[in-house]
Amino acid sequence: MSEAIIVRDIRKSYGQTRAVDGVSFEVTEGEFFGILGPNGAGKTTTLEIIEGLRKPDGGEVQLLGMSPWPRHTSLLPRIGVQLQASSFFERLTAREQIRTWASLYGVSTRRADEMLELVGLTDKANTRIEKLSGGQAQRLSIACALAHDPEVVFLDEPTSGLDPQARRNLWDLLREINRQGRTVVLTTHYLDEAEALCERVAIMDRGKILQIGPPAALVRGLDAPTRISVESGTIAAHDARALAGDAEISDDGVSLTIATRDPARVLAALAERSALRGLSVRGATLEDVFLNLTGREYRDDD
Amino acid sequence: MTSKLDTPGRSVRTPAGAREATVAGLGSLSRAMALGFVRDRTAMFFTILFPLMFLVIFGLLFRDSGTSRSEIIQVGPVPVLDALPAEARAGVDEVLDIEQSDDLDAALEKVRTGDVDAAVEQRGNTVVVHYSAADPVSASTVQAILREIVQAANLAANPTPPRFTFEAQQVEDASLKPIQYLTPGLLGWAVATGAMFGAALTLVTWRQKKILRRLRLSPVSTPIVSGARIGVSIVIALVQGAIFVAVASLPVFGLRLSAYWWMAIPLLIAGTLAFLAIGQLAGSFTKTPEAASAVANLIVLPMAFLSGAFFPLQNAPSWLNTISSVLPLRHLVDGLLDVMVRGQGPAAVLPELGILLGFAVVVGAIAVALFRWDDA
Repeated sequence: MSEAIIVRDIRKSYGQTRAVDGVSFEVTEGEFFGILGPNGAGKTTTLEIIEGLRKPDGGEVQLLGMSPWPRHTSLLPRIGVQLQASSFFERLTAREQIRTWASLYGVSTRRADEMLELVGLTDKANTRIEKLSGGQAQRLSIACALAHDPEVVFLDEPTSGLDPQARRNLWDLLREINRQGRTVVLTTHYLDEAEALCERVAIMDRGKILQIGPPAALVRGLDAPTRISVESGTIAAHDARALAGDAEISDDGVSLTIATRDPARVLAALAERSALRGLSVRGATLEDVFLNLTGREYRDDD
Repeated sequence: MTSKLDTPGRSVRTPAGAREATVAGLGSLSRAMALGFVRDRTAMFFTILFPLMFLVIFGLLFRDSGTSRSEIIQVGPVPVLDALPAEARAGVDEVLDIEQSDDLDAALEKVRTGDVDAAVEQRGNTVVVHYSAADPVSASTVQAILREIVQAANLAANPTPPRFTFEAQQVEDASLKPIQYLTPGLLGWAVATGAMFGAALTLVTWRQKKILRRLRLSPVSTPIVSGARIGVSIVIALVQGAIFVAVASLPVFGLRLSAYWWMAIPLLIAGTLAFLAIGQLAGSFTKTPEAASAVANLIVLPMAFLSGAFFPLQNAPSWLNTISSVLPLRHLVDGLLDVMVRGQGPAAVLPELGILLGFAVVVGAIAVALFRWDDA
């Protein structure tokens, strides 16, 4: 497997602000790669530099073995970029929209219509883009990005502003895109999205990458305790302490939570006492990783 | 999920390659722009209907302005008038609205109050005109007309060939009614507005909606994007021209085109290019569609007034003529007037064509230099 994207020490400043401050990573062909971070972390600027929309102040990018800057018309058909949902020609229907974009790549109208079907918008083909819902517009814009069958697909916050059902539908679509062998690079500020989709994530904050790795490995690397909760009153606090050893125990009146690094033993002990009412087990998440890396709570609007 | 997603590598792009995609891109971008325009009721209104409204209103308002007649009362028989041959009488009726009466006192009262311009009676061989000094212009008009009629009658009674004769002729074709200069003027303004707004708003909206960015990431070249805009704008301008001429030619307005009217087509194209360039420039330094349309209005409206798009500039002070000679719209309107109604030949508007194209090239080059894909 060769590298689809190689990013070496790229930098970009706007005035005093270092939007991207020495970012390096590689994306392997066929990989689903995520750049995760709060708004303003520098994700979008990083993506734009890789796509060739911006010239980095320093550093180097290789996209499919070529430099994306300056504009490269032989490279562009090999990449597919989904910008925000609003990047559509005004007053055109969904079908006219995708046919227009497809034709810019020399793609047939038949193929364009197939893409419309693929993202489940055939029944909205004659609807003007102004009348599409947020989720439909997102799916259309992804279809437009894919119509010319690109090798690398860039998605910038593809699910922001969608309702949970629309998000899950879109996730299925994105997984399918990747399963077909395309390299997918996605930025998101949703931790659950990165965990659900990406093979590897780069956690980014304030223009720098803090850590890169598979989500599960990042979480495991934290060595964070597992949080086991049961309904309050199921077990007395001192009994809980007795069976959990050095674990941290808290009770907010609704749930009694035991934070332990030895969840198997605690669960067995609870089961022995038939004290499993309202049981929930929660491992650490990327949120904990972010908290651990930055010392700050993860907030989308950061 | 279906298996319709092709695996990468199986190309869906036609191998015939870039040139084919270029042609298809030009066509589909033009189509997208044209559809966006046709479906935009506001744009349609302001580029097509709004200028047409001006044409209809002005056309109706000024329809009869060429034939304002003086009203007089004829008291009793006036043989000099009554005995006129039918042909001469028709000529007199074109300039005088003659009412018959037998009551001299009532007629004089009407002259005094300004209801009519004069009262006329004949005492023996003397034609007496009663007029009011309150309105010297119409009084002298009526006197002049009647004096001429009396002289004509003298000649007829005493047929000695006159030694000197006098004849006045209007320099324009006799058919240069207001609609004749209204149509080219308002058409020039309409085309200027359409091209300017088309360019400025497309540029700003596409930049704001990140369509430009998305285009930059597609293999389409910038000349294709500009080419589509130019093509669509030219078609819009020619449609404007056709609609204008069709409406102005309705019997109620009575536009009559002169022989070389077709020279209006290259003029409209050159004018469209010039105003596209200005619109592009306006779109280069504005960020929102609202700002772009304000700037476009700020340029095109004063220019329309100064260029004689709404009224002829023959009587304007010379400084105004000097200012207007640097405005592209002045040259567009002048050129259109020359070939559409003044009956000038194609060669007469070559300077106008050259000036408009020169404008397009110079301003267009500045606009290209200032072009930005992005807001940031």
